[in-house]
Amino acid sequence: MMSFINYLISGISLGSIYAIIALGYTMVYGIAKMLNFAHGDVIMVGAFTVYTVSSTLGMNPVIGVILSVIVCTVLGMLIERVAYKPLRGATSPLAVLITAIGVSYLLQNLALLIFGANSKSFASVITWKGLSLADGRLKISGVTIVTIAACIVIMVALTTFINHSKAGQAMLAVSEDKGAAQLMGINVNGTIALTFAIGSGLAAIAGVLLCSAYPTLSPYTGAMPGIKAFVAAVFGGIGSIPGAMIGGILLGIIEILSKAYISQQLSDAIVFAVLIVVLLVKPTGILGRNIQEKV
Amino acid sequence: MKMFKKVLSLALAGAMVLSLAACGGKDSGSSDGGDAAETFKIGSIGPATGAYAIYGLGVKNGAQIAVDEINEAGGINGYKVEFKFEDDEVDNEKSVNAYNTLKDWGMQILAGTVTSGCCTAVGAETANDNMFQITPSGSSTDSIDGRDNVFQVCFTDPNQGIASAQYIGEHGLASKVAAIYDSSDVYSSGIYAKFKEEAKNQPFEIVAEGSFTGDNKTDFSVPLQQAKDAGAELVFLPIYYQEAALILAQADSMGYDPTFFGCDGMDGILGVENFDTSLAEGLMLLTPFAADAEDEMTQKFVETYKKNNNDETPNQFAADAYDAIYAIKAAIEEADVKPSDSVSDICDAMKAAMVKINVKGLTSDEGGMTWSETGEVSKAPKAVVIQDGKYVSAQ
Repeated sequence: MMSFINYLISGISLGSIYAIIALGYTMVYGIAKMLNFAHGDVIMVGAFTVYTVSSTLGMNPVIGVILSVIVCTVLGMLIERVAYKPLRGATSPLAVLITAIGVSYLLQNLALLIFGANSKSFASVITWKGLSLADGRLKISGVTIVTIAACIVIMVALTTFINHSKAGQAMLAVSEDKGAAQLMGINVNGTIALTFAIGSGLAAIAGVLLCSAYPTLSPYTGAMPGIKAFVAAVFGGIGSIPGAMIGGILLGIIEILSKAYISQQLSDAIVFAVLIVVLLVKPTGILGRNIQEKV
Repeated sequence: MKMFKKVLSLALAGAMVLSLAACGGKDSGSSDGGDAAETFKIGSIGPATGAYAIYGLGVKNGAQIAVDEINEAGGINGYKVEFKFEDDEVDNEKSVNAYNTLKDWGMQILAGTVTSGCCTAVGAETANDNMFQITPSGSSTDSIDGRDNVFQVCFTDPNQGIASAQYIGEHGLASKVAAIYDSSDVYSSGIYAKFKEEAKNQPFEIVAEGSFTGDNKTDFSVPLQQAKDAGAELVFLPIYYQEAALILAQADSMGYDPTFFGCDGMDGILGVENFDTSLAEGLMLLTPFAADAEDEMTQKFVETYKKNNNDETPNQFAADAYDAIYAIKAAIEEADVKPSDSVSDICDAMKAAMVKINVKGLTSDEGGMTWSETGEVSKAPKAVVIQDGKYVSAQ
């Protein structure tokens, strides 16, 4: 029983990270109708920024986290401006998808060039040791608690922002109908840039939490969590913010529990099998039906 | 349209320049052809970019040091050595392409490839061409099976698994053992299969078995929790150090502190940038090479390697490659072949010579290493333990 609770906590912790990454995918898809496959690599850039500031330059990790959010926000807007915006009018939606894959490789290879292929050990930003319950049989690490808390805070803040601010309403409008929104005087390009900025800023936070929980860092760190988070976004209903949250956390729990009780080697296969079943029953994902929530 | 014309004319001009350059290349090529008879051309293939670049770059740089030393000392039998390394990114197809590129260059001997999978693929080609091949680090038995022209400098995976199980048993390190291995990797699963087999003859029991795949190697909470619940006193990790560093950190955050035991892939864990070495305290590993060994040969090698490569510490791949070049040298001297002999003749003579030579290198002890006809190396495994952030001999 104690093991089960331990597994469940690991699952929620892993799922919270997936959820934060999935937010970036889901927001960008909801508004720009494109899959930003470079999102996973923005996570890696965020983590490397913190690594450089706190481990290489020896500054306070908090400064590192703030800088990393700024760097990723700027990077996200830059990628959108340089790589995606010129292609927005392209006839084939595949053009921008291919560009996104290209940007993903560009970021990976740049990191490879600057930081080298050696994986680095990431000193956790969260130094709190966490809680030890039931005579030490149940340990919840500080990173886990902070990750879950961060996930909830981000979710609440983002929902409030979208439903109660002007910029958020503009996002909703663009996601509903780009052309009509433009006719109503909404700055569509600005709104899309803002979406990329928010998504990338969240990616920086996800990067810090990911590398604090699993303290390793290499140019390929973001690739696999990025794909898993994309699955989580589809699972929860792409375009839906609460969907990304639920999808992420469920994915994390399914992954850990299937590792623990079914097979460690088949866990990925099981995760994807569950996704297929969900999509067969509900083709739009768990919360995909609710178009009002679409961002 | 104007723009298009401009681009086209530029491209045409570029093509002309290139074709001129190609003419120039041909001229110097013919004089190279003359030189070719006077030098031994040794090629190597491995990952120089990508996630496994450290292994390939280690081999490239380690081999280069040996080649430089040999050339400085007058070459092999008076003939200079040329060395060329091609990137394969651990992709079988790219590896075979790299092999063909090296053949065009005039390679006579292959000191590669770096990884087991590619080694098996390229080995089929060298067997066809009857080219002498010695792999520094392709440790799978598939690399040498059924190919009498391929030799290994590293231990084969089964040997490492058996040696690890025997070492744990003989030294009474634990009675309950857990293992975590990479089921998607031939190196890791190869070692573990033999370890499990040999464990039946040893006074310990495998109580938990965890595995992961290459696509899912960041979360180890499940196998560690299972090992902890089963009461394992020792966790056997036949995996590479990057994942091992993560496992150590996660075990620590869980409050689980068994003895960890690894193989040669664990070598390098202290070199992980920013790694908290106190986590690795007490970690044991079987490895052929420790960069902080006290002998003169190792120290000289490490010093040169650091000087040539931005103060990087060489890993065992670099040491294996260094030994591979010296093994080639010893075999050529024993076989008394000349660069002007055909690739196939060189191979036949060196094959016969390999089983006669004894090479004392960075990865062997005082007794040196010898080879069997199957291509397998024989040398004593060394166990080291990490104490105060340093490798110390465990004997």
